[in-house]
Amino acid sequence: MVAFLSPLIEPGFFSNLPVQTALVVGGVVAVVSGIVGTFTVMRGQSFAGHSLADIGTAGGSAAFLLGISPLFGFVAMNLMAAGVMEWIGIRRPRGRDLATGIVLGAALGLAALFLYLDSTASSTTGATINVLFGSIFTLPSSMVPVIAIFSVVAAGIVLAMYRPLILSSISSDLATAQGVRVRLVGIGYLAALAVAVSLSAVTIGAILSTALLIGPAATALRLTNRPGRAAAFAAIIGVLATWLGVLLAYDSYYWFPSTGGWPVSFFVVTLIFVIYLASQIRFRARSGVQSRSTATEAA
Amino acid sequence: MFSGLMLTAWESASIVAVVAGVVGFFIVLRGSAFAAHALPNGAFAGAAGASLIGVDAIAGLAVFSILGALTIAALGRRARHDVATALVIVVMLGLGSLFLSMTTEYAPEIYSLLFGEVLGVSSSELIPIAVIGVVAIAAVFLVYRPLMLSSVMPDVAEARGVGSTRMEVIFLVVVALTTTMAVPVVGALLIFSLLISPAAAARSFTNRPFTAMGLSVLIALGTVWSAIALAYLSNLPIGFFVGSIGALTYAAGRGWAGRQRNRGSTPRLGAPGRSAARAQST
Repeated sequence: MVAFLSPLIEPGFFSNLPVQTALVVGGVVAVVSGIVGTFTVMRGQSFAGHSLADIGTAGGSAAFLLGISPLFGFVAMNLMAAGVMEWIGIRRPRGRDLATGIVLGAALGLAALFLYLDSTASSTTGATINVLFGSIFTLPSSMVPVIAIFSVVAAGIVLAMYRPLILSSISSDLATAQGVRVRLVGIGYLAALAVAVSLSAVTIGAILSTALLIGPAATALRLTNRPGRAAAFAAIIGVLATWLGVLLAYDSYYWFPSTGGWPVSFFVVTLIFVIYLASQIRFRARSGVQSRSTATEAA
Repeated sequence: MFSGLMLTAWESASIVAVVAGVVGFFIVLRGSAFAAHALPNGAFAGAAGASLIGVDAIAGLAVFSILGALTIAALGRRARHDVATALVIVVMLGLGSLFLSMTTEYAPEIYSLLFGEVLGVSSSELIPIAVIGVVAIAAVFLVYRPLMLSSVMPDVAEARGVGSTRMEVIFLVVVALTTTMAVPVVGALLIFSLLISPAAAARSFTNRPFTAMGLSVLIALGTVWSAIALAYLSNLPIGFFVGSIGALTYAAGRGWAGRQRNRGSTPRLGAPGRSAARAQST
C-alpha cells in the first residue's frame, strides 16, 4: 500500500511538522466549516459568510497593530460586524445582502487604514498578504489548542439549537408557528458563523474560508435533502479536499522547484470546485434519466 | 492639490464615480451586492495574471471580470445565486493566489490593486477608462426599460418576454465593465463601497428611479471628491475615506427615511409596482 502510494507522496510528507499541523488544523476547520456551511447555504447567507472573512481582515490587521494574536482580532471584529448586520436587520433577502454590503464596505475601509498603518509601523509589507491570504503551512503548532476551543464553540452553538435552526432555515413562517424564536436563532446562528469564519480565515486564509464554507455544503445539499446527512457529507468532502490539497501543494515543491511550489489555496479551491461540478453533472444525468422515463411513460 | 498628477486623479475618480452611481442604483435595486463584490475582487486575479504574462492590467481585469460574470450567470441557473457567486469568487481568488506565487511583484503593488491608487493613474490610462465607462452607461440606458422591469417585477417582465436570465447576463457584464475601469483607480475592494453605499443612501431619500439615480451619482461624486481631498491632506489611504464616508451617508439616509416614516406625514409613493415588488420579495 505504502509502496503503491510512494510515487504520489513525496518524501517526508508525514514526518514534516508544518505538514502535520496543516493536516490537523485543516481537518478541524473543514469539519466545522462543513457543519456551519450547510446552514449557510440553506439560509442563503453565502454573502454574509464570505463577507465575514473579509471583514475580519480589519480586526486581524488591527490586532497586528496592537501586537495581539490576529485570531482574537478576527473574532472580536466579526462578532461586532454580525451584530451590526443583524441590527441594520432588513428581513427581506435582498435587503439582507445590502446590509451585509454596507458593513463590508465600511470594514474594508478600516482594513485599508489598519493595513496601511501596519506597513508603515513595521517595514514588513508582507502583513497585507499574510492577513488576506493566510497560509496553512506557516501556522505555529501552539495555535492548535486555541483553534480547537473555537471550533467546539462554533459547532456547539449550531448543535445546541439544531432542530429550531433547521426549522427556521427551511421556513421562518413555519418555525414561528411552531413557537421557535426565529430572530434569536438567527442571531445565534450569525454568531456561530462569525466564530467559524474567523477561525478558518485566520488559519487557512480568507479564500479557503469561503471555499470550505460554501463549496462542500453546496455539493452535499445536491446529494441529499436531509440537513443532518448533508452536514456530515459536507464535513467529509471538506476534509478530503483539504488533505488532498495539502498533499498536492507539498508535492508541488518537488514538481515545480523553480517557483517554490504552488499555493495550497489554489489546489483546495480547484478540488472543491471540480467536486461541485461533478455533483452537478451527476444530478443532471439523474434528472435527465427521470425526464426520459416519464417521457416514455407518456408515450 | 489640483496640478498635474492630481488633476488626472480627480478626472479618473470622477468618471468612476459617475459610472458607479448609475450601475450601483441597479445593483441595489436587484439586490446583487454579492456579485458587485465578487467581480472586482475576482478580477484582481486577472490583473495579477496579466502582470505575469506581461500584458496590460486592464486586459486582465476585463477578461477575468467578464468570464466571472458569465460563469456566475451559467452556474446560477442550476443553483442558488449566492452559492454560484461564492464559488466563482473563490475559484478566481484561488487562481489569483497561484499567479501571485509565481510573480515577484512587491506587496505594495498588490496592496494598491486591492485598495486603489488614485495617484497611480497616468493620463494615458484615462482614455480607456472613459471609453469603458461610456460603454457601461450606454448599455444600461439601452436596456433601461426591460432592466428596470425585470429588477422590480421579474414575473411581469417574464410574462412580457423579457427573459430574466438574459437580463441577468447583460447586467452582470455591465458590472464587469464597471469593474474593469474602476479597479485601477479605486481598487478591487473599494469599488464595492462606491457601488453600494451611494445608491443605497439615495434610495432612502427618494423612490423615483431617475431622481434616485441622479442622487446616487451626486453622492458617489461627493464621496470620491471628499475622499481624495481628505487623503491628500491627511496622507492616509483613500480607501479608508471612501469606506467610512460611504457608511456615513448610508446611515444618514436611513436616519432620514426613519424620521420621515415616524412623522407619517408623507406616504411613501413609489414607482408603480414598488409595493407589489416588496410584497413579493418578503
